Order: sequence, then C-alpha cells, then structure tokens
Amino acid sequence: MSSITTAGTKSEKLDLAALRARLASERGPRFWRSLDEIAETDDFVKLLENEFREGSTEWVETLGRRRFLQLMGASLALAGLQGCTRQPPEKIVPAARTPEYAIPGKPRYFATTLRCAGNVQGVLVESHEGRPTKIEGNPEHPASLGATDAFAQASILTLYDPDRSQVVVRAGEISRWTSFLGDLKRHLEAQRLKDGAGLRLLTGTCVSPTLAGQAKQLIAEFPLAKWLSYEPAGHWSAHRGAALAFGEEAHVYYDFAQADVVLSLDADFLTQGAGSVRYTRDFTAKRRAEDHKGPANRLYAAEAMPSSTGAMAEHRLRAKASEMQSIAAHVAARVGASAAQPGELSADAARWVEVAVADLEAHRGRSAVIAGDSQPPAVHALALAINARLGNIGGPVIVIEPIEPVPGDPVGALRELAEEMESGAVDLLVMLGVNPVYDAPADLEFARRLEKVPTRVHLGLYENETARLCQWHIPEAHALEAWSDVRAHDGTASIVQPLIEPLYDGKSAHEVVAAVLGDTGASGYDLVRAQWQAWYEGPASGSKQDSGDFERFWRRSLHDGLIAGTVGKPKKVSISAGLADALDAPTTASGGIEVAFRPDPTVWDGEYSNNGWMQELPKPLTKITWDNVALISPATAERLGLANEDVVELSLNGRSIEGPIWIAPGHADDAVTVTLGYGRTRAGRVGNGAGFDAYALRTSDNFLHAAGVEIRATGRRHPLATTQEHHSMEGRHLVRSASVEAFEADPKIFEHMGHRPGPEMTLYPGHKYEGYAWGMAIDLNSCTGCNACMVACTAENNTPVVGKEQVLAGREMHWIRVDRYYEGSLDDPEMHHQPVMCQHCEDAPCEPVCPVGATVHSSEGLNEMVYNRCVGTRYCSNNCPYKVRRFNFLHYSDYETESLKMLRNPDVTVRTRGVMEKCTYCVQRINAARIDSEKDGREIRDGEIVTACQSVCPAQAIVFGNINDPESRVSRLKKDARSYGLLEELNTRPRTSYLAKVTNRNPELGGADHSDTGHGEGGSRHG
Amino acid sequence: MAQIFHPSTNTISRFSIFGALFAVAGLLWLVLFMNRSYYSTQVNVPREQPVPFSHKHHVSGLGIDCRHCHTSVEESAFAGIPPTKTCMNCHSQIWADAPMLEPVRESYRSNESLEWTRVHDLPDFVYFNHSIHVKKGVGCETCHGRVDQMPLMWKENTLQMEWCWSCHEQPETHLRPRDEVFAMGWKPAESQAELGPKLAAEYNVRSALDCSVCHR
Repeated sequence: MSSITTAGTKSEKLDLAALRARLASERGPRFWRSLDEIAETDDFVKLLENEFREGSTEWVETLGRRRFLQLMGASLALAGLQGCTRQPPEKIVPAARTPEYAIPGKPRYFATTLRCAGNVQGVLVESHEGRPTKIEGNPEHPASLGATDAFAQASILTLYDPDRSQVVVRAGEISRWTSFLGDLKRHLEAQRLKDGAGLRLLTGTCVSPTLAGQAKQLIAEFPLAKWLSYEPAGHWSAHRGAALAFGEEAHVYYDFAQADVVLSLDADFLTQGAGSVRYTRDFTAKRRAEDHKGPANRLYAAEAMPSSTGAMAEHRLRAKASEMQSIAAHVAARVGASAAQPGELSADAARWVEVAVADLEAHRGRSAVIAGDSQPPAVHALALAINARLGNIGGPVIVIEPIEPVPGDPVGALRELAEEMESGAVDLLVMLGVNPVYDAPADLEFARRLEKVPTRVHLGLYENETARLCQWHIPEAHALEAWSDVRAHDGTASIVQPLIEPLYDGKSAHEVVAAVLGDTGASGYDLVRAQWQAWYEGPASGSKQDSGDFERFWRRSLHDGLIAGTVGKPKKVSISAGLADALDAPTTASGGIEVAFRPDPTVWDGEYSNNGWMQELPKPLTKITWDNVALISPATAERLGLANEDVVELSLNGRSIEGPIWIAPGHADDAVTVTLGYGRTRAGRVGNGAGFDAYALRTSDNFLHAAGVEIRATGRRHPLATTQEHHSMEGRHLVRSASVEAFEADPKIFEHMGHRPGPEMTLYPGHKYEGYAWGMAIDLNSCTGCNACMVACTAENNTPVVGKEQVLAGREMHWIRVDRYYEGSLDDPEMHHQPVMCQHCEDAPCEPVCPVGATVHSSEGLNEMVYNRCVGTRYCSNNCPYKVRRFNFLHYSDYETESLKMLRNPDVTVRTRGVMEKCTYCVQRINAARIDSEKDGREIRDGEIVTACQSVCPAQAIVFGNINDPESRVSRLKKDARSYGLLEELNTRPRTSYLAKVTNRNPELGGADHSDTGHGEGGSRHG
Repeated sequence: MAQIFHPSTNTISRFSIFGALFAVAGLLWLVLFMNRSYYSTQVNVPREQPVPFSHKHHVSGLGIDCRHCHTSVEESAFAGIPPTKTCMNCHSQIWADAPMLEPVRESYRSNESLEWTRVHDLPDFVYFNHSIHVKKGVGCETCHGRVDQMPLMWKENTLQMEWCWSCHEQPETHLRPRDEVFAMGWKPAESQAELGPKLAAEYNVRSALDCSVCHR
C-alpha cells in the first residue's frame, strides 16, 4: 500500500448504535449518503460549511508568500510579452497515397468485438485518420444492442497505455521475435520426440473458435501435451453447475425480457460477467414505468456484499456467501425441485424465502433463478433444478451447447499443472495472456514452481509479475490491434478486427500458437479467415453456396460485427436423477467470520489495474477510488471496534493480508468481502502499489469464500479516497421514490415531494428559443449505477485522471458523477443511484457571476463554457448549487506522452490548468448533427444526437433531445408524472430532469412503507 | 531659507504624470497594433514550401477546379491537402524530370509524406468546418482571397476572431450563389445588399454567434 498521509482524513470513531437510533427515530433523515453524514461528524459538518473539501481550493504546498509574490511578479512581466509572439508555423502532412474511402477530418466506424472483464460485447469503434479514439456499442450485436459496460469504454486507454510491453524480452534483455522463433523451434523438436509430454499451454477462458481449433490441432500434433484455461474470476462454476444438474456439458444464459420475477443468489448479473449489458437492457426495459404503471418485474436478491444488482432489488436479503446454498436448497425443497436436506435458516430469511417462492410459483415459466459466478457449482445446479421445476427452461432460462471448448474445472487443472511443475514433468510452458504468478491460488506457490520449468514463455500486454519470471516475454497485440474471433454469452460468434497496426509489433495468441505448431509466418488474419471459411463451407453454416460466395459472407460478417446464424441452438436437457445425492450438504455457517473473494467492480481481476480511468472510477456503492478495501457490515464493525480506514490483518489458515476496513451498510454480518485485482507489483506506473493483494489469502480450497478468518486491528490507518461526500448538495435529498401503490393512489406524489416555483417567480429576463432547445431526462427507475456513463464521458471529453492525492483533496475531474443514496436503516438500507452532471439551467447561477463572460447561455439553451476566456476565478463553481463544475488545478492533462496524444478526441479541446470545465451536453455531437442536417436541408431528427453517456447506458436511462419539439421523446418524458427537477425550489429551472423511482415491493414483505415522507427533504440541514 | 524645489519642478512633474499616462496608452496601442500587424498575423507573407507550388499557374493558367485537389471540402471539416498521388497523376507525364519536382517524386517512391507548411492555421481550440461554409454559399475567395493570383500561397485575411465575427454577425454580406462558390473573381450582378438577404433566406443562413459554434 502506498503511504499517503493527508490532513483532514482522520476522523473520530463513530458511535454506530447512536446512528442506528437516529435513523430509526422519526426525525431521522430518510435518505443519507454516508455514515459521517448521519453522525454529523466534525469532518462532515466542516465539509458542508466549506462547500469544497478542505485543501481543494487552496494551495497547500510549502511555497512561502514572498517567494510566491516574486514568482507572480515575474510571470506578470513576462505575460505581457507573450502577446507579441507569432503563432509558430505548423506542418501539414498528407499521406503519399490516401487509403481507400478515407476522408480526412471525418471519423469512420468499424465493427469489432471486445472481451472485457469476462464479458463479450460487440462494439463500433470510432477511428480518426486511422487511430481509434472511442468505443460505442454495436446495436446489431445481441450482447450489446448499442451499449457497453465501463470496462469496454476503458479498454481504449489500455491500447494507448505507455506502460504496455513494447519489445520481446529474453531473460531481461531486449530480443527479437525471430530469435524467439529459433529458440522455440529447438525446444519443440525435443518435445516432438516425446509426443509433447512436457508441453503445456495455459490460456485464459477461451471463447475463440479459432483458438479452440488451434488447440485441437496442437493436441493432434503433440498427443501428450495439455491445454489448460484458468481465469481468477471466470464463468466456470456456472458450467460445472450445469454439468452437475444436467449430467452433460451445457451453457446457460437468460432472457430477462421474459422474466417477471427474478431471484438472484449472489449474482451481480446487471454489471458483472458475460451478458451483463444485454441483461441490463432487458431487465430495465421492464421497469421503465413510462406508461404510468409500476415496474413489470420484481427482483429478489440475496447477497453478502452490496452490489449494483442488489441495489436494484425490491427485496434484498443480507446473507453470507456460504448461506446461498442453504437458501437455494430451501427454495428447491419448497418448489419440489430437490429432495436435498436444506440447512437451517434464520426466521427473517425463512420468511423472505417463503414469499419469494410464492412469487416464483405464481410466475411459472415467467421467472428466473440465477446464481452468481462466485457461487460454487452446487448453487448453480440447484438454481437450474428450480428453474426446470418452474418451467422456466426454454423461457427466461435458455440452455445451449457449451461455447467454451474446455469448460472443465480450472482450479483443479491449475493445481494439477502446479504439481506437474513441481515434479519436473513440464519442460515447456507457454502462457498466453495470463498472469498466474499474481492471480493463481496462493497455496499453489506458482512463482516458486514456475522456476522449476526449464522453458517458460509469456505473451502479455504488460511485462507483469509472470513475465518477470519467464525466459521469454512476447508483447501481446491488444484486441484493437489483432485479428481474432469470440463467442458472446448466447453463442453468437463475431470477428475481432484490428483498428490499427500493432503499436509495438505485438503478437496475438493465434500467432504464438501457430508458431508452436510450426507455422511461424502465419498471420492472425489468415488463421481467423481460414477458420470461418471452413465453417462456411461445412455443414454448420447451412450455406449451399460454393466457396466463391465466402468473400461476400466474410465482408458482411465484418461489416455487421457478427456472424449470422451462430446463436446457440437450444438444447434439450433434463435434470439428472441423482442431483440431490451429487450435491455436498450445505455447510452450515460455522462460527467466526467468513471471507469472500470477489472481482473488483473497477479493476476486475487485475486486467484493469494499470488503467487510470478505471482506478479513478468510484466503485459503484462505496465510491472508493484507487484502493480496494475489506468490506464489513456496521454491526460487525461495532462488535470488532473497527472504523473506516482502520488497517486490519486478515488471517486464514496461516496466511494473512493487510488492508483498510470500509463499513458497507447492507453488508452481511460476520462476513468480510475483499476484492481482487489490487496490490500489484508489476502492473505499471498506475497500478503498482495501489490497494492490497487479496490473492495472497485465496487458496484453491477456499477459492470463492472461506469461514474462520481472523480480523486483527493493526492500529494503523490508511486514508481512502472516496468521493461519496464530495460535491454534496448541502444535505438536501434529491432522490424521489415511492411504491407503485402510493404512485397509483396519488399520481402527483412526486410533484408534492418538492416545490416548483412558478415561471413568474424570477427577476431574470426570460430566454427565447426559436430553433432547438436541448434537454435531458434521466430515469432513476432504470439506472443501475454501473458507472459506464462516467467512463464514456471521460473518453469522449478528454477528461484527465488526477490521482489518489488529488481525489482525496476533492479535485476529481469527472464531468458526470453517480450519486448513491441510502434509504432507511443503517444495517439494511435501500440504495438509489442518481447520475448528476451540469443541469444546463435556464436561469443558471453560474452565468451572472463570471467576470469575464466565460460561461454564457446559448441560443439553444446550453450553458456554455468558453475555456479561452476563463481566468479561473471559480466564482461559477461557488455559485453552482449542483456542484458539477470541475476546476483543473494542476495541469492534469498529459501533454507529453506520445501514445496518449493519439487517444484524444480531436473534436474536444484538451483543457489546461487554471480553467473551469463541465458537462457540455456533448456539444461537439450537437454541432456535428447540426452541420449534417443543414447540409441535407432538414431539421435534426429526434434521437439523432446521442450524448456519450446516453449512448453507452445499458439501461437506456438517459434520453436527450429537443424540448421545443413536443413530440420528441425527451419532451414526452418531461411531461411524465414522475418528472422532477433537481433542487427545483431554487428556481434555476434545470434543463435536465429526473424521473422518480417507483418500486414494486411485494406487499407480503412490507410494501409501501417508505414512501410517505413529504417534500423529499428528510435531512436536518437544509442550507 | 532657499526652496528645496526649483519652480520648474512643477512643470516637470506635470509633464511626467501626463507623460506616463500617454506612455501606458501608447504601450497598449502598440500591443494591439502588433497583434494586428502583418508581422504577427503573417498576412500577405508567402510561406516557403518543400516544392514551390503555384496556385496561380494551376488555377488560372490551367483552370483546375479547387476540388480537384481539395477533395473533401464539401463533406468534411477539413478541405484536404492532396496526397502525393494526386500530383503524380499528372506529373508522371508532364514535367516528369523537372528537378523542382524531385521532392514529389521522392515522396511517391518512398511513400513518405511531403511536409507542407500550413498557411491557414487556426488555433487548436477553434473548430472550423469547411463543408458547411461551402454549402451555405461562402466562396473560397471570401476567406482565401484571389488564390488564382498567388504564385506562392499566402494568407489573405488575419483569421482572427474579430474577422470571423464580422461575417458570423452579418453573413448576408458575404454570400454568393452555390454554383459560384469555387469561382475566383466573382462579382454579384445586382448589389450584394439585394442578393445577400435573398441567398440567406434560400440557404437558411442565420447569424451564428453562440460560443460553442466554434469553441468546444
């Protein structure tokens, strides 16, 4: 962990019992953001009174006043001279021969597919003069439908990461690809003599048909060689569960458009793992409530760590990860799916299960039970048995042939490999895109055993922990640089096509495997094309055409970004008779504290450790940046006497790790959750030293969760950069939510929660908008808080990364933030998300206070920020009630690094120090659409302008358009009974409006209990 | 006792107080003057290029249309600088051995770009779009001057914001019929005061004064 000490982060210990009492009392707040807020600690009060975080608006370095004046004097004198300089001459460099169809100055879009954090998504990549700058979803692709997750947005930064490995390395020395081929040939000749008995190939989860074909070829040539796939946060347990349930290999995915009732067993299916973007689209489409009815689905979620999916649930059950099997067994027993003996459940949990089961049974064939990827196979098998019993298979639950060629048990396979390495059976180990030295279970001692393998080859984007221990390291080509293919969660195959030549001469996994097979000159393009030509001409494609038509098929597939007719065919399955016997008895919760290992919501398993955008992205519920934490519940913290930021030692079976505590309201008691992907030593300059390494506690026996962890306070503290209290709107509560019953009884309920002044209540002269008037509507019912909008905005608008120290000082630069509010009790609150960006007020408080006219109102109602006029007085930010303006204090944008220059969006200015900036409603996209429409001599169509946050949103929660057109989608949403403005009582008349949240709680579990507070301001402090 | 200050001190101090005022005003004027001077704006200063390309010869001598080389002017923000291939389409036949054209041939052989010096260079925070101006009836000549009379390319106008603004405020004063956009030396048959508003109405041209029209 890095050692950062900043004044003002030390806080007194909170009296959690008093907080609980305060929340329970009638005068307590209804919505709250953090423990400090309800406790009204000195820190929090100071934060509110100061408006900006201490240290964020002043210069805290040790520069003396005199020295400062000297420097200022000199700068002033020189500033005058600057006006007399001439613009330096620039070069203009046309290509000697222009590529076909390239129009300089016009971006082009290419379809490709990315596999990010275990999720395959079809994407369209924007390319400016041959350099990819922005990733958008591919509307044609079933796993995207036009949206992506945050990881896909951030992968463009990984492409240009200056820390990527750039050369072939042999034992620490720079070498060449051809030298590698020569060396490899020598080793392979030795292997050929013994049928490859010492050859092992280790890859990540393989969803590439071409790579699968190559692996088959490899085994044919080297019959005794082995090919393993291991990923620390893979989808394997779902596959094992399916094999257990059906007695044969199968792949399961879900169609949430058909599911009216969903029971999630520790599954964060809306934001993590395969299919999550599509799942979010289908799931939220049913709860948009645009027709004045309540949501058309209901979600029951049992989970330990509060997740985005849990926050969306109507009914959330706090339960330890190990209790899921017991819950699943109870549900299975009640629906008659399994005769297995369920374990004990607490009274609350039993009641919850009873109600959930009744709801599931009332929706036979229209419901789904889904187990999380971090749950053991038994839970998946039980979930499938329940789904089969409820008649959901073939409906919301779809079973197809496996899409991965080796869906075995990766942990077992890795253990076997480690033992073989120990015994000296492995001569040549080829690792493709994996990092087992960092992420293998700790008990396998992978690093030590790896050194027993005579020849070790590593292909990777970074020269990481594993690369350091290998004789050969080959730089890997990024997915935007190489040819490949992948299968999505529903089996749909698509081609991965490169957008740019490999920046550092990287190789793809296909090219390395081809080299192992002796085809040293093979290009990824030929390999992938040959694979699909064989498929096209084979029986699977169903094509009767001769091979001459392949070219047309190939071009069509590249253009569309998917291969038609490859979606998985439903498979006939039945639950195997012996399932009940095959399952281990649920482990009854033994005493002590349980630890659960989860992929991190922003850096995943370490894949995004060196990605500044993901590191600085606040985690969806804790809002922590740049660190991972040990999450515990308030009750457990109270019992152990721990407070936020206390560094504790977690020990389990003789292994221990140290990390800071974070109290997560809604976490299961007597359990601690740690996320993976941190504590890197060779991630790169961004990722090294951030957080702690949770893999050090994770063993192959305790791969998902383990009981009996000991927590010991070390007495030290580690400051955490959380953004949850930054830009706090003075304790006013801005989320409006009500139960569907309350909404139906009083359709004006949301209007009554606030106070909207009449149009005459202003001294400002009105504006007139003759042409367009841009506005936005954000639906809180569908927002899952996944943060994809924040990364999309960063990518589109060249927003800089500031680093942990600056986030601690409250100087993060995100133009859009997602506020998270808790509602109700400390231990088990409901959670709400609210994206907030510049509201583009009609009567904007920022505009009249600018002394230099740098922020002005446009004729279309935009609140414009003119960077060149800004002198950095920051009056506008002081006067903004929404706290959406960001000031560039310290020249955060990187102007030096060559590769990062290629990343920038050329349509948006890269802002410099001393300039205020904020959301522009993506004015560059508005201008592009206006120019296009004027050239065609027509009006801009509704939906033609899509802002970056709107375009990426998997939940389609953001709608942008012309509010002067009464028929536009945004106008209709603004007329909805749920529509309200943020802080509308201030009469700023924001152009962005929100649609209040309507919850569909089951009356059996207490329906309309939360929605009776008037005026939306439960807080005790209103400005 | 003798006076400390001579009576002339009054005059001197008056003179220096007023003088200082004039000096400050003069200095300010100098800065503004410098900023608009040809020295600073580089107006009318021909730029040195790797090949002394003459627009005069190619446009008025040979009658080549602007769009023959600046191909993307009607569809993109950027008018386009021709690739070496465009030069070689003719110069592989005509003047194929001219020593002056050696850099062009070298570029074509080696596939290395020719590096031209930018003549019309807007600051990076200005987003100008050629295609919409051309579509709205702003002639090439309006901003670039009589290119057909320039042996070497120079800047005809300052491209400073006040210059852009003058037209964005009253676009009708500079519009011409769409089929005359690429013509050099075009003069309206009737007066611009009559033609301009007619064209503005026909082409749906309004004054565009929002900051974000050019600055994003």
